Amino acid sequence: MPDVTKTDVKTGAQDPVGGAPAVAALEAKPEKARSLWGDAWADLRRSWIFIVSSVLIFILLLITFFPGWFTSAEPILGDLSKHYLQKPKLGDIGSADWLGYDQQGRSVYARVIYGTRASIAVGFGTTLLVTLLGSLVGMIAGYFGGVVDSVLSRLTDVFFGIPFLLGTMVVLNSFPDRTTWIVIGALGLFGWTQISRVMRGAVITTKQADYVQAAKALGAGTPRIMFRHILPNTLAPVIVVATISLGVYIAAEATLSFLGLGLSGVSWGNDISDGGNQIRVAQWIMLYPSIMLSITVLAFIMLGEAVRNALDPKMR
Amino acid sequence: MTVIEEVSVPSPRDGDGGPLLEVRDLHVEFHTREGVVKAVNGVNYSVDAGETLAVLGESGSGKSVTAQAVMGILDMPPAKIPQGEILFRGQDMLKMSGEERRKIRGRRIAMIFQDALSSLNPVLSVGYQLGEMFRVHQGMSKKDAKAKAIELMDRVKIPAAAARVNDYPHQFSGGMRQRIMIAMALALEPDLIIADEPTTALDVTVQAQVMELLADLQREYNMGLILITHDLGVVADVADKIAVMYAGRIVERAPVHELYKRPAHPYTRGLLDSIPRLDQKGQELYAIKGLPPNLLRVPSGCAFNPRCPKAQDICRTDIPDLFPVTEPDGSELVGRASACHFWKETIHG
Amino acid sequence: MGRYVARRLLQMIPVFIGTTLLIFLMVYALPGDPVRGLFGDKAGSPQVIAALRHQYGLDQPILVQYWHYMRDMILHADFGTQIASGRPVTDVLGDAFPVTLRLASLAFVIEVVVGIGLGIMAGMRAGRLTDNVVLLISLLLISVPVFVLGFILKVVFAFQLNWLPPNVNDSTNYNELLMPAIVLAAASLAYVTRLTRTSVAENLRADYIRTAIAKGLPKRRVVGVHLMRNSLIPVITYLGTDIGALMGGAVVTEGLFNIQGIGLTIYQSIVRREGTTLVGLVTILVLIYLVANLLVDLLYAVLDPRIRYA
Repeated sequence: MPDVTKTDVKTGAQDPVGGAPAVAALEAKPEKARSLWGDAWADLRRSWIFIVSSVLIFILLLITFFPGWFTSAEPILGDLSKHYLQKPKLGDIGSADWLGYDQQGRSVYARVIYGTRASIAVGFGTTLLVTLLGSLVGMIAGYFGGVVDSVLSRLTDVFFGIPFLLGTMVVLNSFPDRTTWIVIGALGLFGWTQISRVMRGAVITTKQADYVQAAKALGAGTPRIMFRHILPNTLAPVIVVATISLGVYIAAEATLSFLGLGLSGVSWGNDISDGGNQIRVAQWIMLYPSIMLSITVLAFIMLGEAVRNALDPKMR
Repeated sequence: MTVIEEVSVPSPRDGDGGPLLEVRDLHVEFHTREGVVKAVNGVNYSVDAGETLAVLGESGSGKSVTAQAVMGILDMPPAKIPQGEILFRGQDMLKMSGEERRKIRGRRIAMIFQDALSSLNPVLSVGYQLGEMFRVHQGMSKKDAKAKAIELMDRVKIPAAAARVNDYPHQFSGGMRQRIMIAMALALEPDLIIADEPTTALDVTVQAQVMELLADLQREYNMGLILITHDLGVVADVADKIAVMYAGRIVERAPVHELYKRPAHPYTRGLLDSIPRLDQKGQELYAIKGLPPNLLRVPSGCAFNPRCPKAQDICRTDIPDLFPVTEPDGSELVGRASACHFWKETIHG
Repeated sequence: MGRYVARRLLQMIPVFIGTTLLIFLMVYALPGDPVRGLFGDKAGSPQVIAALRHQYGLDQPILVQYWHYMRDMILHADFGTQIASGRPVTDVLGDAFPVTLRLASLAFVIEVVVGIGLGIMAGMRAGRLTDNVVLLISLLLISVPVFVLGFILKVVFAFQLNWLPPNVNDSTNYNELLMPAIVLAAASLAYVTRLTRTSVAENLRADYIRTAIAKGLPKRRVVGVHLMRNSLIPVITYLGTDIGALMGGAVVTEGLFNIQGIGLTIYQSIVRREGTTLVGLVTILVLIYLVANLLVDLLYAVLDPRIRYA
């Protein structure tokens, strides 16, 4: 995992919330809240990085949900009359022949299109899992402090200390049939620590803010303080880390597939790994899934970059 | 525009008899995404050896930008100097090469900044930062430079200088840090020191000590001093003459006591009236109404007109020249000028 | 300072125990058996298997196994025996470690020189063309997965141009290690670039830089001493933590280029379910990671006098 924990994101006050008017009046700096997200949005719309990545991600989502719109070729059953050494017909955009065939006579183009779903599913699934798990642990540790914090922080250290790829490899090696859920679970098991650390830091900072102290003094209960007052202020840094990690998990899944420990079924990593054996004679088997994979990871990392720039005034 | 004659006594170090520093019709603009900000619009001032010029103004008045232009530390771009001369001992520094200017910086003209904590390098010891002046400009050895640094710290009255020379800026109090900044500026005994709000960041009690130190050292070395401040209270005791700036122009200039006694510009009057005074206890403090102008959209005519209690139609259309100020009988008031259409009413009325 | 180090060392103990226990549990609790793996397709006789399991202590409860393992490791520096080869894990480690160390060192040098160099270039010209080009390069380096980059370099430099050998036969030959080192360094290099760039751009606007210029210092001194001394603090701390990551991240790179280092050994141990070897190697990596982190924190205090540890 890359180190994005050092992201220093301004934490503006949250939207004014309903409830006790006295509390709302003390806590609310609605102007500032609007300006954080409003400014961020104004920044994003002007950023070429954001526009390019959004368009790419939109196309990737279309491919994920409607692969049939992009190719009529069959990704799994090979056509043995198609030899893999036959060069791709690059002029024939969108046809089954376009990007050539692999060793089993399957259209590389169809494999690239149908492989998208696996990567996107793992990326979003893992990100959702680590965000929920990491936020929960980080929030509890940061909010309660003391022994709870010590125990949870050491637990986070333990999972952080094991190299990410090695940990997931060991887990996945025990499953002969690796479904999307299993891969998401394995990546999530070692991936939640980063969000947890970010969340813990943000919670500790926010907890000391005057309006939170005021809400406490006015007798607001723990869940209310946590979810209404603290959580909204920790969103910005968590969103930044989560967006970037989308790309990171897609790359991680492909890397695991490449090592023979990823998803069973159609996936770019598997194809790149298979194609790797043929790089001297038929580079395209490996090349096109690689390009597709890199573009996908790039799109999400660019999106994360744009979001970070928008939410972090120091980067401007 | 009228250039006021300066009465200057040639100092022993002053060869050609002209002023030590003379800024002539200086213009500075910043090219930003939102447009061109004209920060300085035709400023003229001069300082002699041993003389203290106080430049007074709110933030955004162009007082610091002018100083930075003199110092040659403006970031260009975005800053640009489309017009003007900055004569140091008669030579236009704007025509010099970068290397020539660098050799003047620190050695002949030195600068003291407002916030010593952020202006000193946090990760280098004060001894290193002081000694650097001697090492770079005089090629002194590290050891000699450190001895010099201790000497300097003694000179600005830092207790136990020898023991503290290896300490870092954050280990000193605010007043001590500002003394270190002063020591750094004094290191090579420059001809001119520019002090940009040197006491603003300090406690009131410390302010006086630091100001006094600065004034003493100036006398001792017979240096010219440009004191940039927004605080009229600071300048009364140390300055010889004052230039008041507003929206990138000098709006009034006068010998210090004259200005306090009889301001010739409504803005100066407003500033003076907003100083709290012991003899007016219990009265509401005067405040100039309105906000400093947005430099992207400076009001037409006199830039002060929207805030001016005396503003007439002419103030909204014509930019006033810097008129020489005279007594009601027409006799000259040496070194006085005001950029107000109604200076007569302001000073005499 | 002494007390801080002591406290940090004490904090490392539960993390160390937790990490090794976690990896131990994962390896042994998950299905698969290294002894059966020894026999390949032929099924060994139950008695032989039972005897071997007993010999390696695999028939005992898992926590007892863990206890014995840690005891032997700490008291006798005995990391157990690699079941496939029958060699002590320390021997296996002794072969693989220098290889990975050489690879990681070369990658580290590339990361430092190129990463910091590009970062300074971009940071000094923040917002201009150079900055945007460097940003694009670093985003690309982060986005292209390691194995893809490895393949691309292999195809271009080994097969098409014939400049570099496609695989590493002699790991003491830095010429052969160059391509794998670039691949290993790529992603970290991009992060170093970004970090340096941000830090330089931020410090360039700092007041003390203005002071340094006002002091009449030559530009190379303003940049070389005042700017760099401050800007590189976060970069150096990142580089410190990255040493461990480089060693652990060598799994893919070593596999790609057939380098017999720790990464490949770990990979083989995972696939063969060689618990003892795996636990031993990961323990070493975790130790390196923990010690590197501590050193980085201490280094931080040396580099930045404002940091004081109580």
